[in-house]
Amino acid sequence: MRGRRELGIVLFFAAAAVVFVLPRFLSDFRAQQFAYVAIYFIALIGLNLLTGITGQISLGHGAFMLIGGYTTAILISDQEVPLELFGHQFSNDMRDIWTIPLAGLLAGIIGFLFGFPALRLSGLYLALATFAVAVAAPAFVRRFDALTGGGPGINFFDVEGRTRSETITDPLTFETKEAGVDILGLTIPTFNEWLYYLCWTLALVLFAGAWLLLRGRFGRTLRAIRDSELAASSAGVNLARYKTLAFGISAFYAGIAGSLLAIATTFVNPDTFPITLSIYLLVGVVVGGLGSLWPLVFGAVFIHFMQIEWAQRVESVIPDFVPIIGAIDTDAPGAPAVAFGVVLILIMLLFPGGAAGLVRSVRSLGARGYDRLGRRSG
Amino acid sequence: MSDFFQQVVAGLGSGAIYASLALALVLIHRATGVINFAQGEMAMFTTYICWTLVTNHGWSYWPAFAVTLAFAFVLGFGIHRVVIHPVERSSVLTVVIMTIGLVLTFNGLASLIWSAEIRAFPSPFPNEIWRVGDVAISQQDVGTLGVVLVLVGLLWAFFQYTKIGLGLRASALNPDASRLVGVRVGWMLAIGWGLAAMLGAVAGMLAAPTVFLDPNMMQAILIYAFAAAVLGGIDSPLGAVVGGLILGVGLNLIGAYFDFVGADLRLPVALLVILVVLLVRPAGIFGTPVTRRV
Repeated sequence: MRGRRELGIVLFFAAAAVVFVLPRFLSDFRAQQFAYVAIYFIALIGLNLLTGITGQISLGHGAFMLIGGYTTAILISDQEVPLELFGHQFSNDMRDIWTIPLAGLLAGIIGFLFGFPALRLSGLYLALATFAVAVAAPAFVRRFDALTGGGPGINFFDVEGRTRSETITDPLTFETKEAGVDILGLTIPTFNEWLYYLCWTLALVLFAGAWLLLRGRFGRTLRAIRDSELAASSAGVNLARYKTLAFGISAFYAGIAGSLLAIATTFVNPDTFPITLSIYLLVGVVVGGLGSLWPLVFGAVFIHFMQIEWAQRVESVIPDFVPIIGAIDTDAPGAPAVAFGVVLILIMLLFPGGAAGLVRSVRSLGARGYDRLGRRSG
Repeated sequence: MSDFFQQVVAGLGSGAIYASLALALVLIHRATGVINFAQGEMAMFTTYICWTLVTNHGWSYWPAFAVTLAFAFVLGFGIHRVVIHPVERSSVLTVVIMTIGLVLTFNGLASLIWSAEIRAFPSPFPNEIWRVGDVAISQQDVGTLGVVLVLVGLLWAFFQYTKIGLGLRASALNPDASRLVGVRVGWMLAIGWGLAAMLGAVAGMLAAPTVFLDPNMMQAILIYAFAAAVLGGIDSPLGAVVGGLILGVGLNLIGAYFDFVGADLRLPVALLVILVVLLVRPAGIFGTPVTRRV
């Protein structure tokens, strides 16, 4: 077992090294895309902690992302309110970065509080309640428009204090180009690259945090709750404490992801966090593998790229008789949703373990004895 | 006072729609123990079928209505056999994920096939008003209520007096004993899903003239239907209907008399209903409280 743990740590640092070097080889556009992958990765870790490991179904994590995103948006754009915590005033530079932990904290607290009523709901009813929360959250936002900007939302592209790169015009050739983002004395060439580093640094840190948290007693307790609440409770586990904690931590992660999403898109409105976001997060967790951690990267990649790039490829799969009903528009927003839905159903039928399950199967191919997929050695 | 009655009647009209969808949810939950998150999307999809028949193929309303119901039945039946039956015995999470997958699939398919444009949907009831004293009663609302009540009555008669209905009730109550007596439980459950899909189609076709046809039209109605089913008792068909009507009227009255709520917070009010009922009396009004022996 010890050998595996050391291997895990080595792999982690290797992966971190790859992540840090990658932008050298990527175009600016791709860097932004991978930044989004990191954002989803963080959200998925949070959701999996609650659903895959503690067994509490949440169809409403988009709402926690909403809380995080709007917290960041409101704190950044409200220039009159100085950003202040325990008497320490934060400078207006890089104000947006300071809002990230605050957004996560607020989302985490609300998640923790939601954990209390959630104690009385189990399985299906919890799924129902969280589903309703996710659908109702944008309606709340619209209603309290004095704070949240209502339907149009908050656009903070121009707000002072947002970390950004300036565009400068070359005096000789009159080309405009990005001057880069200055941070801690270094200059990162483009906004997208800075976004990439911000998101992935946080993703790696939070991933390590989750991994450490789940390795020990805490993780075992959560898994025990998932496997049988009755048995866990009989063994002395305080269900209330652990379930609410799981909700809180999970919401914290989602809040940070939402905050990063807001920073990435520089605006928020009620449609930034629709019910489909919550659903896609669930898809990501299933694709990555319920109860796993690092395979969630696959889930994050899947969610993001399926929405953008692969929708066009669905076209060739649709049979010819379907046009009888109406004209098919494969560029319509519907295509990714169908792909998601079908993939979700197929995975649950064929590969319930998701990517993590596949990884496990591959790993056990090399094993001998009873390890190999539970069957005798071959 | 006349305003009050007007709100009540309008509330009964929309409440009937919630009742129909709620009844579908209750039917499926009673039979298979599943909360079908895709009920709304299935209803929306079948409503599009009706729209296509009427608009693209020139059918008149009631024949299209009937054919759509038949299509919905086949759809529900098929969905159960292909998607739900294989995972019926798995964990709750698995089944929830399956129905979520259906949500995505149907929503996406509707967008793909018919595009996300908002369309008008024909209504069999004239867009006119009866006047009773000071109160204006929309014929659409009365017609909607009438259709749903007739349908509920037919369904009740079906369950009460036919052999298949008896088989359905038996399968929901005790699948193993039913098998021993010779009831083909698998088929019964699938028929239950088919009937539920029909109810959903009715809800969709009655709602579409008012909320207009687009792929997302049933999402809010689904939440209201959940609230109605939970309020009435998730295992009680009578509760679903009563809950739907109460919710429809209640939401209208709250929206009219409490400015704070207005039109924006109707959905959160429904959410509140769901949360409060689940926390205070999970069985709802007509459900039987479940006690677990530990």
